[in-house]
Amino acid sequence: MDQLLQTIPHIDRIAHRGVFAGAGAKLTETFRARSGKDNKVLPSLEDAVRAAGLRDGMTISFHHHFRGGDHVVNQVVDTLAAMGFRDLTLAASSLADVHAPLIRHIKNGVITHIETSGLRGQLAEEISRGLLECPVVFRSHGGRAAAIGSGEVHIDVAFLGAPSCDPYGNANGYSRDDDTSIACGSMGYARTDAKYADKVIILTNNLVRYPNAPWAIPEYDVDYIVVTDDIGDPAGIMSGATRYTKNPKELLIAQTAAGVIDAAGYLYDGFSMQMGSGGASLAVARFLRQMMQEKGIRCRFALGGITGQITAMHEEGMIDRILDVQSFDLDAALSLKKNRFHHQIDAAYYASFLFAAAVDQLDFVILSALEIDTDFNVNVLTGSDGVIRGAIGGHPDTAAGASLSVVVAPLTRGRIPTVIDRVNTIVTPGAVVDVVVTDQGIAVNPRRPEVAEKLKKAGMRVDTIRQLKDRAEALTGRPDPIRYKDRVVGVVMYRDNSVIDVIRQIDGE
Amino acid sequence: MELKKTAVAGTMESSDIMVTVEPRESGGIVLELTSSVMKQYGRRIERVIRETAAELGVEHALICAVDKGALDCTVRARVSAAIFRAAERENITWEVGK
Amino acid sequence: MNERRYEKDRLRRSMMFVPGNHPGMIADSRIYGADSIMFDLEDSVSLAEKDAARFLVYQALRTLDFGKKEIVVRINDLDSGLGVRDLEAIIPAGVHVVRLPKTDCPQDVIDCEREIARIERAHGIPVGAVGMMAAIESANGVLNAREIACASDRLIGIALGAEDYVTDLKTVRADGTELLFARSMILHAARSAGIAALDTVYSDVNNEEGFLAEVELIHKLGFDGKSVINPRQIQPLHRAFVPGEKDLRRAYDVIAAIEKANARGSGVISLNGKMIDRPIVIRARRLIALAEADRIAREE
Repeated sequence: MDQLLQTIPHIDRIAHRGVFAGAGAKLTETFRARSGKDNKVLPSLEDAVRAAGLRDGMTISFHHHFRGGDHVVNQVVDTLAAMGFRDLTLAASSLADVHAPLIRHIKNGVITHIETSGLRGQLAEEISRGLLECPVVFRSHGGRAAAIGSGEVHIDVAFLGAPSCDPYGNANGYSRDDDTSIACGSMGYARTDAKYADKVIILTNNLVRYPNAPWAIPEYDVDYIVVTDDIGDPAGIMSGATRYTKNPKELLIAQTAAGVIDAAGYLYDGFSMQMGSGGASLAVARFLRQMMQEKGIRCRFALGGITGQITAMHEEGMIDRILDVQSFDLDAALSLKKNRFHHQIDAAYYASFLFAAAVDQLDFVILSALEIDTDFNVNVLTGSDGVIRGAIGGHPDTAAGASLSVVVAPLTRGRIPTVIDRVNTIVTPGAVVDVVVTDQGIAVNPRRPEVAEKLKKAGMRVDTIRQLKDRAEALTGRPDPIRYKDRVVGVVMYRDNSVIDVIRQIDGE
Repeated sequence: MELKKTAVAGTMESSDIMVTVEPRESGGIVLELTSSVMKQYGRRIERVIRETAAELGVEHALICAVDKGALDCTVRARVSAAIFRAAERENITWEVGK
Repeated sequence: MNERRYEKDRLRRSMMFVPGNHPGMIADSRIYGADSIMFDLEDSVSLAEKDAARFLVYQALRTLDFGKKEIVVRINDLDSGLGVRDLEAIIPAGVHVVRLPKTDCPQDVIDCEREIARIERAHGIPVGAVGMMAAIESANGVLNAREIACASDRLIGIALGAEDYVTDLKTVRADGTELLFARSMILHAARSAGIAALDTVYSDVNNEEGFLAEVELIHKLGFDGKSVINPRQIQPLHRAFVPGEKDLRRAYDVIAAIEKANARGSGVISLNGKMIDRPIVIRARRLIALAEADRIAREE
């Protein structure tokens, strides 16, 4: 038969696997019978870990679609600790208050390095005080997707919780087959991990029949499946609809921000937008909705973390398409399940700088801030006391991608001024922040004089960022600077994965 | 001003400060301050409390203050209210101007 | 004759209630764009906290920057023994207008004015510097509205306090019918005295529709403004009081027409074939002044 190949000119450019040698045995049992075997389900997490070949010093990854209700990270790391693993890198898309038990595993040497978008609660507090010798690396969602795609972050084993999965690994954030107690909607961040990790283990509480269509993660990206009762607490994962704030100050800020977008010329038929997930940044949607109705215009697409407020506008026919990388509430998750044009996207598609991502198609984005400085740099990661208590999320990605980035924040929080001389940590550089809207004034980045002009023409008062800073300080007094030690406990990456700032260990009790 | 009893003013709500003033025979003003903004404003709050007590002629007292981000004017108001309550006095000298 | 702290005539569409013992709300009160801010020492402060609230409002008035806003303080009534103590604190602190609650008769105004003048003198403040407004909250007060409105030069306006009033009438707040007589009396009394007529609060904060209906009603009746208890009510209230573009354009046309006629020395003025008489001109001027005041207030 080899003679046949030799008769084909340029065979070395055409075929490399020889000549057909027969099809092998065909399976003849029923689909139902087949589903019970030859699948990827292993009896225990320990079995899956062993099968995946995890070794000391490797990198494991997790997603944060279960938010404050996540039980996967703690359960997996507890198991790995019990199995005797050490010196692991934990690369999560983000971590929350619920992950405080990791402190123990850092102290006992199981986890020696962390990559994440954010940290909160006790774990964040301890890390700010120097818990980890190697600084935590903070990346934006887009930056993380790019780093994983380019190999800068190499994931050896991904442990991905999924509210539904079939025996072959088609996994999703909800199930069309039967409602169970847990749904997280989009699994956009997990999809990147599944695609690039060497080995992927799905943990699910809901093993459904093949094929679990539609899926977020396709079976060819999945190696092993572990069925466990408890992947998370539904109440902590998501609840009902995110309600619009009733806080008059947040509403005032939101209304002003909506007016800014309109006056700047970005509210036209067919515009694109991204909203925040709560407070003033979400409430902007409420005022935009009114203005859209008055103008009789529609939004072409809404991007990002999606709330029930956005899906309600979609169902009213005011938003044509939703691109959903993360669902923030149950209404959003249900919409993803039932609305055809509510589409699930992965983290790289959302925000990677390596190619034209969805953030690059945004007219405007509404963003929040813990601190804004007089150079328009924004901090969403460390509190005014220098302690880590936030997450980068898609902040720098969307600010850089959107034609108009609008940062909304109260001028002061209690006694703490929001607009200050220098942010404790630069997360998003002033170079991509266009407008700051507070309850006590609007400032436009001097890079955008045409925006300032348009706002003034619309009868809005535009202050300089320095005037806002002075106004805040007149009320609160000038804060004492935070005392840090020299030691670096966190490194903040810009979305292109260059180092934009560091977080130092806090001084004091 | 002579303090007669222990008195409290203010609440634990955000932007407020709860001040307890206890009479002492000697030892000057002993201040126990906790604050949600201790690192940024602890020194300043302490200064305002001591100034207010001095202006009202209180020489010896234990002052406990639990601050939830009160502005200076609130700190002054709560310290004054607690001191007048502790002194059981109502004839307050109000002053004109800023 | 003196440096008055208050303006007799000014934009008073919204007067925002701010509980006097609530530091957070006091600090934020200036951001919502209310024409007047009213710090309350009366009903929103419990008896045990009257002294603390007085200290708080005193310090806030001395320290915080309220821009060009009118600062009003609602004191306790004088009969309670608390009202005079309130005055003693807030007058030196710089209050613009004292709101007297539960005004039943002109003597209440006169008694309060006497105390204000005494305190002004004691502090070397020009007598007459502090303004007053009277809240009418009873059947007696409504029937005495005209005499109350004329009882002092310091009065900038009279206001209806409906909760106590309906209780006095043996009824409850409903669709507004129950307040029709009181509103009409207060409005006429205010106009007769040449001062502002201010409406009561709408307390169902979440009923935006009901609030707007009431605002439309009092605007039509002729009120200058209304008290609000939640900052969220301020913008809708102001919108209802701001002249529409069409009306404003017509007002400018009217003024242009009379100026042209005056220049010609002609006595008969007409616009688009319609005669313009004095009330039309007055209304046009008022409309333009309102739009201008609104523009300035928004720039503040």
